[in-house]
Order: sequence, then C-alpha cells, then structure tokens
Amino acid sequence: MCQVTPLAMRGVHVNRDGRPVLGGLDLTVRRGEVVALLGGNGSGKSTAVQAALGALPLTAGRVELFGTPPARFRAWRRVGYVPQRSTATGGVPATVREVADAGRLAHHGLRPFRRDDADSVDGALDAVGLLDRAEDPVDSLSGGQQQRVLIARALAGRPELLLMDEPLAAVDLAQQRVLADTLAAEAARGTAVLLVLHELGPLADLIDRSLDLGVAA
Amino acid sequence: MNGLLDHAFMRHALLAALLVGIVAPAVGTYLVQRRQAIMGDGIGHVALTGVALGFLLRTSPVWTAVAVSALGAVGMELIRTRRRAGGDLALALLLYGGMAGGGLLISLAPGASTASLTGYLWGSILTVSHADLVAMAALTVLVAAFCFGLRRQLFAVCQDEAFARVTGLPVRTLNLLLAVTAAVTVTVSMRVVGLLLVSALMVIPVAAAQRIGRSFAVVQLLAVVVGVLSCVGGTVGSYHLDLPSGPTIVVAAMALLAGLAVLAAVRPVLARARTGTMAQGESVRPRAHNREPQETR
Repeated sequence: MCQVTPLAMRGVHVNRDGRPVLGGLDLTVRRGEVVALLGGNGSGKSTAVQAALGALPLTAGRVELFGTPPARFRAWRRVGYVPQRSTATGGVPATVREVADAGRLAHHGLRPFRRDDADSVDGALDAVGLLDRAEDPVDSLSGGQQQRVLIARALAGRPELLLMDEPLAAVDLAQQRVLADTLAAEAARGTAVLLVLHELGPLADLIDRSLDLGVAA
Repeated sequence: MNGLLDHAFMRHALLAALLVGIVAPAVGTYLVQRRQAIMGDGIGHVALTGVALGFLLRTSPVWTAVAVSALGAVGMELIRTRRRAGGDLALALLLYGGMAGGGLLISLAPGASTASLTGYLWGSILTVSHADLVAMAALTVLVAAFCFGLRRQLFAVCQDEAFARVTGLPVRTLNLLLAVTAAVTVTVSMRVVGLLLVSALMVIPVAAAQRIGRSFAVVQLLAVVVGVLSCVGGTVGSYHLDLPSGPTIVVAAMALLAGLAVLAAVRPVLARARTGTMAQGESVRPRAHNREPQETR
C-alpha cells in the first residue's frame, strides 16, 4: 500500500457561531505516529477533530484524510473515532457487544453483519479488557469502562487512523495504563493516532509529538 | 373465542390489532433509544390535520393523514438536526398546530364536524374494512422490514449520531426514513388505538420490555411481543367487556408493564435466564457479573 499521510490539516480556520475557534491550524499525523492535541477548555481541540472528520465547514485551509478531502472521502473503514464521552448509553439498554458492533458498520454498511465482523469485535473488546463483559448492559459499567467500550468500538474497525477526543475523561489511573498499552500496540501496528488530551498522564511515554492550542482564543 | 371469530368485523379488528402490535413497538424502540418518546404524539396530532384534510377533499382520510404526518415528521427531524435546542419547541408547535389545523379544516368540510374526528382520536377498530386491512398489512411489511432489517444501522444512528457519521452510513437519509416510518406507523395505528393514544403503543411496550431485557435486540423483540399481547388481548377484552378498544389496549399494555416490573423486582434470576436464552447465537459466554437488570433512567 502506498504511504499516504493519514491526516493532514493545513492552515485550517473554523468559525463557530461567527466566532473564530481555529485560526490556522497545521497538523499532520503519519503512520505509526501518536500525536497529542493539548489545550484548555474552549481552545478548539474538539473542533479540530470535527474539522478533521469533515463534520464542520472550514472558513479557510484544507484537510486531507489519506490524501482526500473529507467531503469526498469514502474509505471510512480506515478511520476510527472515539467521540467526546457522553454517548455510550441511550434510552434503551444495549450490551457492550451491541455498542462495539457498531464499529464494524464502515465495513458491512447496509449489508448483514458477518463472522469476520464478530471476530474483530471480540478482538477489540479483548484489547480493552472487556471481553468478559460483552453481554452486560453498557449502563451497568463504570464511566471508565464505558469509555473503553467506545474505544473498542473504534478499534473494531481495525482503523489506520484513530481519532480520540478526550479518551481519558472519567478513566482512572489503572485504566489509563491499560489504555496506554492498547494504544502502544495500535501504533506499533502502524496506526496513526491523534489524541485530544487535557493532560498527558500515563500516555506521556507513548506520544511522539504534541501540539498545544493554548487557552481559549 | 369461537363466537368472537364468527364476526367478520372482529376478524378484521383482531388482524388490525396484531399488525399494530408489531409495528408500533418496533419503531418506538428507536424513538425511545433516541429519547424522543413523545415524538409519536406530535405526529399523531399532525395526522389529525391530515384526517380533516381528507374529509375536506372527500378522499380517504388515511392517505391524507399519511402524507401530512410524514411531512410533519420530516419537518421535525429537520428542525432537530439544524438546532438541537429547539427540539421540544418544535414538538409543541406540531402538537398544537396539528390539533388546531384539524379542528379548523374539519369545520370547513361539508357535512363534517369535530364529531367526525372522534373515531380517529379514540380509534374505531370495529370499522376496519377489508380494504383497510390490505393497506395496513402492506404498510406493516414495509415498516417491519425497515425496522428489523436495518437494526444495526438504525441502532448506531439513534445511539450515537456523531459516530455513525464517521462510519460512512447515510445518517441523514436513515433519520428521514425513520421519521417517515414513524409517521406511517402512527397512521396505521390510528384506526386501532386512536391518534390520542398512538404514542402509548410506541412507548409503553418498550418500557415494559426494558424491565427484563438487557440488550437492544432483545428489548425490541420483547416490546413487539408485549405490543401484540396487549393489542390482541385488549381487543378481545374490549369485545367481552363492552369497552372502547383503544383505551383497553393501552391499559392492557400498562398492566403488562406493571407485571414485568414486578417480575424483574422479584425474580431477577428468572429474568436473566429468559433473556439469556433469547439472545443471539453464540452468547453462551459466562457472565462476569451477576447484576440485577438495569433500571432505566
């Protein structure tokens, strides 16, 4: 496979509600690289991730996912996303496995779920140490465990680019170490990882580069 | 039961009840998942304008109700995606606008009055004709195919829209289809339970199923079982006790909810065993933690 840069952002400007949130962000994440995006509340960390995924319009600059602008990007199976924590549970109970299964949708789309999809989900749940909880309802888990379910969901797609928005929120120190090991294994496999973080914590050793967006603009 | 089935109108009524018992909870599960439990009620009120329009145009009120409520549901979905905060305001507008529109249009229709709407507001299951049944069955097949066939996709969209987008799913299309499906379900159900109680059949069976179901798939299936039992049971009950069908069906659903809540509280072990055997395929892994079924918030 040719070595296209998984994520490249050049001079990205984003306004939200008419207010500039990002003013010229340059960010590149290469294969096997773990890049941390740091900054205070309101500094635009989450905005940067959403811009990278094409979920927000840019006022200037460009974003490329594997060499393609998000609007024309179709190979979503190459991207894993862990949204900012909030949504592991809904109004109806769901098991850990059901939530993680959604991570395979980029692969099977509107077609049925298959054996290899199930195997990938098992592997991802194992990687975050939750395979023995697979049939439990998500809302019976602690906040940190729910966060790991969302990480497993992203890993289930076996992504080449992993975008994680505050994956350490509500995760205690012991679980942060488990997560650090998981991410180290992913990076060793060649996955490009972009982490939005408040503080480095146990992930510090893992991070190749970090970019500080400072305080709110 | 024999005497019951001797009447053609009762055979039609029971079949109609069966169809509604299947579709209303199947769609309702997604609405409850997205915390839009009341959406069905908003659609039901808008459908009233559609019914009145049918009287005014002297065509079948069912089809005008389908069209108008689908427009209302799509409008609500668009407002929801554009500006999240306005969701309950949009619902309120639909509720009152639909009710007022219905009252206004029916007064303009020749030979009709608000009394003409009563059968639609409270349901008139005994007047379901053979032609109605054929239309209901066709719509039921479509709704059920959508809800069960795309369970994983719809689950992902209703559970975490931001994530679903990044999987490349056509999230907007699925959301609009779900809105239209909900509108179709409301109009299919209005003859059976009435527009005022339609939403109850989309929500109460789901609430009941949550008492003992631990996974989304099981809750959806159990909700359909509860929906069918309460619709068919309520119809039979209303015949024998000479009660109106809509309220009887809803009370039957509430009774099942209460029964399952008691069961979940008293026999958690039994409840777990049941859902365990209904879960899919290879789920024979030992459960790591034996906890009580989760209360819903």
